[in-house]
Amino acid sequence: MSGQVLAEKEGVREAFGQGCKAGIPIAIGYLPIGMTFGLLARSAGIPDQITILMSLAIFAGASQFVAVNMLALGSGMGEVIFTTFVLNLRHLLMSASLAPRIEAGSSKGWLSIISFGITDETFSVASTRPTPNLNPGLLLGLNLTAFTAWNASTWIGLFIAGGLPVAIKASMGIALYVMFIALLAPACRQSKAALFIAVTAMAVNSLLTFLPALADLSSGIRIVTATVIAALLGAFLSSGEEARV
Amino acid sequence: MSGLWVVVLGMGIVTYLPRMLPVVFLKGVHLPRFWMAFLRYVPFAALGALIFPGILSSTGDTASAVCGGAAALLLSWARINIVLIVVGSIGAVYMWNLLM
Repeated sequence: MSGQVLAEKEGVREAFGQGCKAGIPIAIGYLPIGMTFGLLARSAGIPDQITILMSLAIFAGASQFVAVNMLALGSGMGEVIFTTFVLNLRHLLMSASLAPRIEAGSSKGWLSIISFGITDETFSVASTRPTPNLNPGLLLGLNLTAFTAWNASTWIGLFIAGGLPVAIKASMGIALYVMFIALLAPACRQSKAALFIAVTAMAVNSLLTFLPALADLSSGIRIVTATVIAALLGAFLSSGEEARV
Repeated sequence: MSGLWVVVLGMGIVTYLPRMLPVVFLKGVHLPRFWMAFLRYVPFAALGALIFPGILSSTGDTASAVCGGAAALLLSWARINIVLIVVGSIGAVYMWNLLM
């Protein structure tokens, strides 16, 4: 093996460790949600192995909750799958936004494994990294940490159900939002364009959420719509030079 | 029973494809500048949309959620470690619920 390849491997390993560390806030945030999911699925009468398989094979919080709800209500299979598709379509945008930043030379096989772990949370952490290029090792460490936390907390919810006192669990519900704020704040401090785009997205999402005529929109569609409108507006208003992550 | 397995597999597939396709197939494709700018702005826009108004219903009570959000802003401003920001804001919500 040439020295350059060795150095590259070393770099990937180091980045993997950084990714795992960057995933810690996500793990904290997933804990109460995954536990609630395990608990809820069991109380809805979903067999334990199905609940476990959901967290392993789907790895998407909101749609897993919705699916449990729909299954308990006796919705059809196609309906549940279609709803999941619509709810998670937003990842298309996140994946497209990450694509140009992933370091060249990563194999398609690795990329397809890493991409399994793209969630709102892992995307937020990855996309706000200060470096323009993202090491695939970092993404792997980050996504694997989040995936492990999600599955472990599902198990905790299933088998050590109700382990956390209600007051603590309710307080922990804010964790992922706090993480989003902490990730967004430095970018907004550096760039007025970032602040403008984020506030625009908040305003659009509020409008979509609170307008009675739009009450039927799913949260996934609201987030995609608000994201697209705000990012388009940003791209129209600037040549794209000012706001670099 | 076997129906449930099929549902979960179907959900897994329709969730995976939107995650995988752009990363694997958009990589190395050169987009016009406007669309590169658009994709570069997506993180800020997505974070904004993810935070608000969802945060308001995250703790089961709007007032404590606002308190937690304020704590998050304050702690982010102080530029401390992100894990401490998360733990500190959870603590703020917990205290609010305890005292109010």
